[in-house]
Amino acid sequence: MVVALVGNPNTGKTALFNALTGFHRHVANYPGVTVELARGPIRDANAPIELLDLPGTYSLAAQSPDEAIVCHTLCGHAADTAPAAIIATIDASNPARNLYLVSQLLELGLPVVIALNMIDIARRRGLEVDAARLSARLGVPVVPVVAVEPATVTPLVRALEQTLAAPTPPTVRVPLPPPLAEATRALTAAVPDLRPGEAVRLLVDRAGWLRRAFGPRDTLDAALAAARQRLDRDGIDAATAEVRARYAWVDGVLDGVVRRTPPVGDTWTARIDRVVTHPVGGGVTLLCVLYAVFYAIYQGAAPLMAGLEQLFGWAGAGVAAVVPPGPLQSLLVDGVIAGVGAVVGFLPQILILFLALALLEDCGYMARAAFMVDRLMRPLGLSGRAFIPLLSSFACAVPAILGTRAIADRRERFITILIAPFMSCSARLPVYVLLIGAFVPPTAYLGGWLRLDALVMIAMYLVGVIVAIPVAFLLRHSAFRGPPAGFLLEMPTYKRPRARAVAQRVLHAGRSFLVRAGTIILLVNVVVWALGYFPRSAATQAAVDAQRLAQGWDDATYEAELAGAYLRDSYLGRLGRGLEPVLAPLHWDWRIGIGVLASFPAREVIVATLSTICNLGPEDDAQSASLRARLAELKWDGTDRPLFTLPVALSLMVFFALCAQCVSTLVVIGRETGSWAWPVVSFVGMTTIAYAGAWATGAAARAAGG
Amino acid sequence: MSLARVPSATRCRIVAVRGGHRIPYRLMEMGLVEGAEVEVVRRAPLGDPLQVRLGDYELALRESDAELIDVTEI
Repeated sequence: MVVALVGNPNTGKTALFNALTGFHRHVANYPGVTVELARGPIRDANAPIELLDLPGTYSLAAQSPDEAIVCHTLCGHAADTAPAAIIATIDASNPARNLYLVSQLLELGLPVVIALNMIDIARRRGLEVDAARLSARLGVPVVPVVAVEPATVTPLVRALEQTLAAPTPPTVRVPLPPPLAEATRALTAAVPDLRPGEAVRLLVDRAGWLRRAFGPRDTLDAALAAARQRLDRDGIDAATAEVRARYAWVDGVLDGVVRRTPPVGDTWTARIDRVVTHPVGGGVTLLCVLYAVFYAIYQGAAPLMAGLEQLFGWAGAGVAAVVPPGPLQSLLVDGVIAGVGAVVGFLPQILILFLALALLEDCGYMARAAFMVDRLMRPLGLSGRAFIPLLSSFACAVPAILGTRAIADRRERFITILIAPFMSCSARLPVYVLLIGAFVPPTAYLGGWLRLDALVMIAMYLVGVIVAIPVAFLLRHSAFRGPPAGFLLEMPTYKRPRARAVAQRVLHAGRSFLVRAGTIILLVNVVVWALGYFPRSAATQAAVDAQRLAQGWDDATYEAELAGAYLRDSYLGRLGRGLEPVLAPLHWDWRIGIGVLASFPAREVIVATLSTICNLGPEDDAQSASLRARLAELKWDGTDRPLFTLPVALSLMVFFALCAQCVSTLVVIGRETGSWAWPVVSFVGMTTIAYAGAWATGAAARAAGG
Repeated sequence: MSLARVPSATRCRIVAVRGGHRIPYRLMEMGLVEGAEVEVVRRAPLGDPLQVRLGDYELALRESDAELIDVTEI
């Protein structure tokens, strides 16, 4: 038996879920929806009851598939989860807005049990809700609980069991304005299987998000059209009329149910707000918080990532010691272990960002941060909600994209996801370090205050931001057209984050990345490995062997020369040569082409690839002086013309600043948008922009005489 | 008088919510309906959005949305 848990955001719904299930949850994903639904068995129930945690919502009205899922599920359209009853959580310190949602739930024909949560906080703020009287007025059980104290939820479980033993749907109805009530009756008369509450929802939902659940049904469409036509003729706007009627009803229900004794002095929340939203104090607070988050991702993750890298290095060496050299060894070491390492290497950054996000969200500061920066984000067509994900994208786009789940508006969330990869992440840094170190002279200006190499580095970080602005604008006016989502955000009271709930969210984020994205990332790594490894013909080796005899190379030189020859001759190498006509306008040769192709799994791979092509072995240190020197010596095939000039280096850097050469980001985009079309759009779009940017940069630098 | 013009710390009552499209509907669902008591707590340091106390809770909304809400001082 399934029971749905429904409530406003910030009402302790998740805490109640955890208290009822003892933190046992498994997460289900629904097709076409980017929110996750958690399920878990109620712990103290005498018969098995499965609790379904629906996303927090202020209303059953839907303006996106993500919002429609609550109404769909409650009305039994999600096949395996038709709930037998509803537990509605109410924040006792804010009963009116919470009862608005309850008034909609009461009409769905399902038994309802109300969990009156946070009575302790309400009491401290001078609010006393008379649960018995509220229960009498609504005709459903109302059980006071403190969800963060699991012992207090037992009476709720007993009330639920009693309700399930003798299920009676609530009979209380919100008196709707006569024309709307008439339209609802006409609709239910024409479509008998429609519940009264669902009929209102369908009438109001002009965009048709809820209509989709019914499949093609002509009678329904005809009845809907007729009912709406009549409302239009009477000049009734169904949506706003419904809201007014419900809030008027809520006022009546709460009259005499809530007793208020104004608290003496300011609340803690008001005092904290005075500081953290102050023009100076608030700015300082925000900068400190952002610095701490950034520092934790950049610096805190570094030792963990280095440790993981070492661990996978040892694993690779261990396998290499056991498995004889050959395709199998290379597959295991360079394909599988390196691929797993690439996936696991993201974990420290993901876990740290999610720890920060969970703490900021749970304590209530996130809403204040969004409030502070909303004005800054508006030119992008975004709101304050998008700020922290975009900023953390400067460390790594993967956790940043996962972090956009906090953005409620679907279009805003998708735009944020699609522009996040333009922020210059830490994987671009090795590319910049190598190329700036090799080709950009440290010319000093203004008496040493400005240096050319530092300026170029800053420019690389800026170019992504500058390009993201028109891209966001374009997305806002093409695929995500429509009225802006606006910014309407509850400012919850400050609360102490609960360690266990925070830990659960952090671990869930890590696990879901490994399971949902990790496997595909690994697969792509192995495919790119295979393209760079095969065919490995005997002829290639014979040619290098002959050179070795002629030149008297030592073993190390021979190994490096052979690796370079194999790579040049591999399928990847041939693809790189095949790309030459495309690369010619950029003044890039096939070697750079191979580097760009091989770095599809991750941008920093280009350093190791260039190193291998230059016959230095897979040296992946961007600071390497020998690699820098070798790059400077590279000539166009059969000429004396140097391959790498300042314009070529700059264009390559701009390309990497703007391209989508990161399979992990693309996979996570696919997972988070619920569609594989978006990563394709993202890859094609970013590659096109990167190509154009690289061409323009090179041309400008050549024109300037670089 | 529109909510966007009200100085902070002035208790007001909503007399009308104008417009019938998507945004006012969302505003209304959050409780910004005729008869509700509101008070502008503060504006963000950049002048927008507004932090508003509405009944028993607080919410942030943009000035452009607040323009749609007519209030009278209590």
